[in-house]
Amino acid sequence: MGFQFVFLWTDLALWAMFAALAGYGLRVARRPHLRAAWSKAFRDPAALASGAVLALFMFVTALDSVHFRRVLAATPEQGANAAYYDTHTESLLDLALARPLAMRESSYSEPLATHGLIKQNLERDGASVREHPRLAHGGAHLGDPPAQRGVDMATRVGAGVLAGLLITVGLSLALAWRLGRRNQGTAGAWRDIVGARTRYPWRALLLTVGTVALLAGPTMALMGHYHVLGTDRTGNDVLVQALKSIRTAFVIGSLATVATLPPAIVLGVLAGYYKGWVDEAVQYLYTTLTSVPNVLLIAACVLMVQVFLDTHPDLFETGLERADLKMFLLCLILGLTGWATLCRLVRGETLKLRELEFVQAAEAFGVSPARTMARHILPNVMHLVLITTVLNFSDLILYEAVLTYIGVGVDPSTNSFGGMINLARNEMSGDPLVWWSFAAAFGFMLALVLAANLFADGVRDAFDPRARAFRPRLLTHRLP
Amino acid sequence: MGGFLVRRFGYALLILLGVNLLTFFLFFTVNTPDDMARLNIGGKRVTQEQIDKWKSERGYDRPLYWNRAETGSAQLTRTVLWERSISLLALDFGRSDSARSVDIGHEVRTRMAVSLQLALPLFILQLIVSVAFSLLLVFFRHTRIDFWGVVLCVVMLSISSLFYIIVGQFLFSRVLKLVPISGYAGGLDALRFLMLPVLLSLLSRLGTEARLYRAMFLEEFGKDYVRTARAKGLGEARVLVRHVLRNALIPIITSAGSYLPYVFLGSLVFESFFGIPGLGAFVIEAISGQDFAIVRTMVFLGAVLYIASNVLIDLLYTWVDPRVRLNN
Repeated sequence: MGFQFVFLWTDLALWAMFAALAGYGLRVARRPHLRAAWSKAFRDPAALASGAVLALFMFVTALDSVHFRRVLAATPEQGANAAYYDTHTESLLDLALARPLAMRESSYSEPLATHGLIKQNLERDGASVREHPRLAHGGAHLGDPPAQRGVDMATRVGAGVLAGLLITVGLSLALAWRLGRRNQGTAGAWRDIVGARTRYPWRALLLTVGTVALLAGPTMALMGHYHVLGTDRTGNDVLVQALKSIRTAFVIGSLATVATLPPAIVLGVLAGYYKGWVDEAVQYLYTTLTSVPNVLLIAACVLMVQVFLDTHPDLFETGLERADLKMFLLCLILGLTGWATLCRLVRGETLKLRELEFVQAAEAFGVSPARTMARHILPNVMHLVLITTVLNFSDLILYEAVLTYIGVGVDPSTNSFGGMINLARNEMSGDPLVWWSFAAAFGFMLALVLAANLFADGVRDAFDPRARAFRPRLLTHRLP
Repeated sequence: MGGFLVRRFGYALLILLGVNLLTFFLFFTVNTPDDMARLNIGGKRVTQEQIDKWKSERGYDRPLYWNRAETGSAQLTRTVLWERSISLLALDFGRSDSARSVDIGHEVRTRMAVSLQLALPLFILQLIVSVAFSLLLVFFRHTRIDFWGVVLCVVMLSISSLFYIIVGQFLFSRVLKLVPISGYAGGLDALRFLMLPVLLSLLSRLGTEARLYRAMFLEEFGKDYVRTARAKGLGEARVLVRHVLRNALIPIITSAGSYLPYVFLGSLVFESFFGIPGLGAFVIEAISGQDFAIVRTMVFLGAVLYIASNVLIDLLYTWVDPRVRLNN
């Protein structure tokens, strides 16, 4: 069965970003000072644990960023050579979730339910009765749901928990073996891990991995036969929606931040280095931008993008491509409206740096301004860029929800946390109460944003010595 | 002082011109008035006559930047850019683009009063509660209270404000039935409607602000005057309130002041969720109705308020810190 890759704008941007991230990783490995700072960041238990969670979310995003269209079975009239592709675009994540995606019900159902939430008129023995209809897929393998459901779920959950435990124990043993190979042996290394006496906080990492495995194991075991987080109004699995929303959040969080970098860095360094009228012009530019309340500016830009997309239908082939182009443009807009803060920071730092001896020395040796800025100033403002980038990430994910609610966020056809919350708003005030989409969006979003925030704090503490003083810590020994 | 105000006013005019150019470029060049007309009239088949009529009704039928048909200065003045800019700078907002064609100036005036009713108490309470909470954390620094307080802050700031609203409405209006879910009434009745949005907005921003203010307080704690105050034998509470709080007020004013424009513009999300007819809800209605005239006006108004609040902050500095002089 053939297929054709589909390269969406955000896919390309995401993979370019992953490549850049890998490149940065190589660079960190080669530079001792960067390696020291990052190893300091990962020695913070919260940062290491949240980094693991973020890596998981990133993995889901990567899976959801390889798109393709299947080839349709050729009819005799089309001839054997012509290949026609399905208009429906799928991603690798869709393949992994093929079963729950296919399990489409007709309407709402509670988590793990075997019957729908809303009563319907059903024909039974010739008479019409009003009762909860049996779901087409959720628990469909059970002959007598009330009697068998408990046992069936218990065995599946048990198997899932067992798998999760096995993975955790296996990883722990592998880690202990790896750490203990050098001197004290596996048992000694294990005691160190449990007592949190290791160089890196492996205990925190293993606890996180264990928690995730224990949650994911039963979920995956149940997913093929039940709707673990229920279904929404049109009968779609809520868990699948939440998983698909991760990519949207991730794209907005990362691409929009990356889009702020070029104008912020270039203009900030130029303004700080040349001072004078260049500085005045750059300052005027970002003061003008910041003087418009951000939401309004974004709303204005997005409205314009909508009109632009309506008048240029030749830019995309399928609905998905249109939604994706809109999301890509939204990221650019967020970038173009959000660079002022970082630019101000970079400008201030450059003003300070250009008076320092090493820059003066470079100038005295006749190094050209462009080279001075690129080789001597830029590397010394990168820590600011890094800190701002990681701090922005979580803010933008929260922002996406608000923008989608206002109506200037991602396309309604794109799965996103904002869209889920938007729908949940009516469900939470309706009757019967439908709480599961809301809870799913809440849980996933909190996990993602909290992890991003904790990771950002760890990175900031490692790269900005001033920030470390604000870290809450318990004094273990009282000062005399 | 006088010189300061004159200089600030000149720079403000310059920035407003920039904002005006930017919005004009966004709304008229990225998409032509023809596109807007087509969108606003709607329907599949829109004739050129309909578009021309729509444009002439709203005064968009002139050339955008340069009128070649005229002579002399009229080449510049008889254009959409000039007419729109002059009317905006004179705070004459004209009528909206939609078929209802409301008087924007009138709407802004009536709605701003409503927005202020929500935002002003909120702004003051927010400042008090956040400062009080962060003072508490700082007072108990290096203890469990500080540690778990900061953890609470981080969790709170990781939750979208939409969640606070939905859970708050569910809890207080649906389960406890204490306040109405949404709506608005004038006079004293407004209190019943505004209580919940104020409380929830307070909660939704407490985490961010308390953590920020805590860092500002701790930054002050490292300074010499704190050591001097302690050396004089002052108690911890007195050092905190009389010395640290007063010095930390400057960064706190800066950070709180950046929120001032929203006091006047109203919180978009909260007003729309609670059905409060303020400016924020006005903007959201305009966005969903694709009424560009209103959005354009609000962008400009937002810039005016931002600049005004910046001047206000600078004046506040001199009051908080006598060392700050505005003239040099």
